[in-house]
Amino acid sequence: MEPSITKQETVVLPAARARKKKKMTADRLLAFSFILPSIVLVAIFVYGFIGWTGYVSLSNWNTLVPDFSFAGLKNYIFLFQDFRFQADLRNTLIFTILFIAVVAIVGQLLAIFLDQKIRGESIFRNIFFFPMALSFVVTGVVWQWLLNPTTGVNLFLKKFGLESMWYTDTNILAGFKVGKIEFGVPVAIIAVVIAAVWQMTGFSLAMYLAGLRAIPEELKEAARMDGASEFTIYRKVIIPLLKPITVSVIIIMAHISLKIFDLIYAMTGPGANFVTDVPGVYMFEATFRGNYYANGAAIAIIMLLSVAIFIVPYLISSRKGES
Amino acid sequence: MKKKLILALSLLLAFSMALAGCSDSSSGGKTEGGSKGKEDKLEIFSWWTGAGEEDGLKALLKLFKEKNPDIPVQNAAVAGGAGTNAKAVLASRMQGDDPPATFQVHGGAELNSGWVAAGKMEPLNDLYENEGWKDKFPQSLIDMVSKDGSIYSVPVNIHRGNVLWYNKKVFADNGITPPKTFDEFFAAADKLKKAGVTPLALGDKEPWTATMLFEDILLGTIGVENYTKLWTGEVPLDDPGVVEAAETFKKMLSYINDDHSSRNWQDAAQMVGKGEAAMNVMGDWAKGYFVNDLKLKTNEDFGYITTPGTENSFMVITDTFGLPKGVKNPDDVKKFLSVLGSVEGQDAFNPLKGSIPARTDADQSKYDEYGKQTIADFGKAELAASLAHGSAAPEGFVTKVNQAINIFVTQKEVKQFVDSLKAASGDLKK
Repeated sequence: MEPSITKQETVVLPAARARKKKKMTADRLLAFSFILPSIVLVAIFVYGFIGWTGYVSLSNWNTLVPDFSFAGLKNYIFLFQDFRFQADLRNTLIFTILFIAVVAIVGQLLAIFLDQKIRGESIFRNIFFFPMALSFVVTGVVWQWLLNPTTGVNLFLKKFGLESMWYTDTNILAGFKVGKIEFGVPVAIIAVVIAAVWQMTGFSLAMYLAGLRAIPEELKEAARMDGASEFTIYRKVIIPLLKPITVSVIIIMAHISLKIFDLIYAMTGPGANFVTDVPGVYMFEATFRGNYYANGAAIAIIMLLSVAIFIVPYLISSRKGES
Repeated sequence: MKKKLILALSLLLAFSMALAGCSDSSSGGKTEGGSKGKEDKLEIFSWWTGAGEEDGLKALLKLFKEKNPDIPVQNAAVAGGAGTNAKAVLASRMQGDDPPATFQVHGGAELNSGWVAAGKMEPLNDLYENEGWKDKFPQSLIDMVSKDGSIYSVPVNIHRGNVLWYNKKVFADNGITPPKTFDEFFAAADKLKKAGVTPLALGDKEPWTATMLFEDILLGTIGVENYTKLWTGEVPLDDPGVVEAAETFKKMLSYINDDHSSRNWQDAAQMVGKGEAAMNVMGDWAKGYFVNDLKLKTNEDFGYITTPGTENSFMVITDTFGLPKGVKNPDDVKKFLSVLGSVEGQDAFNPLKGSIPARTDADQSKYDEYGKQTIADFGKAELAASLAHGSAAPEGFVTKVNQAINIFVTQKEVKQFVDSLKAASGDLKK
């Protein structure tokens, strides 16, 4: 907004500029007074409480009795040495990678299929998009019944002699020891990935479909004139043009998966040996069950920072894009 | 048309924000008119929402209404096994100085080193004096709800934690008698395993069930006296007895169902009910589940015995209600507590809940055969406080034990487990 104002200022005459400037101030004052309430509320209820959480995370408040004496980084050091938190970091990382990759790829493929001007496109679109309308808690409960070793799809698989215990498997694929834990892909987290993908793929599908529709027909036409096959058009023209969409999908999915709580809480819980535990669940149990308020606050701050790693560069680059 | 809709929506939004602002300011004013209706209601906070227990609570509230028709009551129960969700809700309400009129809390550390230590509870000595309760409740039970000579809550029921439930038919088919010792238990388990039946059902999706199994093994291994001393620090947590109990626990874990981590306690009890598994260790609320939900008959379809080595011990889980500081109607709360502690109140609640009364002079004829036997046992057995249910040690320690147990159930590393118990012992003093 500001750059455009200065541009205008350079072309108007000095007398007119004074008038214009005054008018702008009045305008801006009005605009400012409109957003003032939300600035104040956001300052208190978002940034104020983030600051408060940060303050608590540096205190000794680990019982029901508040104790705000300064503890330094004690809570953070405890967490990084804690088996459960190390497992949480592993699970979040693996879950995030698998979840984003599958959602982006499957969403893109479905969008491309739907873009082939097939019959009943809107029906399919709605079917794919529908899970988005559900809450993660509902998804968690439904998939828990579907994937549970004693009910649902596993009874069916058992008939074909397939192993049915993967849902509660505590093995770590491709594991090697890091710190107190075994690092690798926990088998049980795959169940959670399936449920999360089922819910969120519709969203990435919708984004990709919008992106595909925004690509001008002329570009494809030109490529065809140059003798490119349909496959090459997708590989060389369309998919590169969808890159901004892919970035948005990754950012949105990353902030969902890094903060995930409800799906895991409803579906598997922390799991045996914490194979499906995530920081959100640990934070809840530490704070509200164990009364470790400072530890819980430290987990919250770590989660905030991990999301910030994704969001802040995106915000900066999108600001640059605007100007 | 569309514009009108947007206008209507934005008006609605503005209106609701204004409303939110109003309610905020009135609750800030505390004694002002807006929130008066809420203050007058006696809010009873518990986690009794399951079959049986909810009926018990309703019977109790009905009795209270008959005696005090002018006091409106509100049942503010929060669902979730063993109060896991309710405790979280309660913690945030108490921290926000918005306590319910009275709330369910396990006697012992959960009360004493939790809410009492935080200065959130009023002593109830005068109520005990007026009602003449001091010789009506067992002294060891009053001790569990007292700190430094002040009594802080009224026990309403007693559950027993050290019970082994078994499927009668499965036992008969395999020629097994209920095991009294660990040796008998493992002999039976081997026999059952060979016959293709899961010997022991466990459902530790919520880890407190595995903690319960461990505390019962611990009690059976080192006895009530040393078990109690563990939580006061007189016996260290790396005591040879604890190591031995952990070894037994490890051995027992080789007889459980594979899908234990996707089951909750009801699912595990159901395995015994259906005959898929032979035994299950659970508190005696499982009896209510067998009888009310699965429609099974006591001593016909399922049987019960104390867990190995705990024949003369009683793992106590007691639900109590106290008076939080800062409630607007303490006199009404005390009226409720006096109904709760009366013979009539306890006998209205407990037969439905499937627990036994905390008072020693309750009417035994109202209880079923399991209840009668448990009342008799309660009178003569040595009492031990449950760790898994927060009676033995502070909630922070229990949370850490639950985590250590969750890891142990999978890794089965005894040394590492005992080390993490020892490491957590710093949280015992809080």
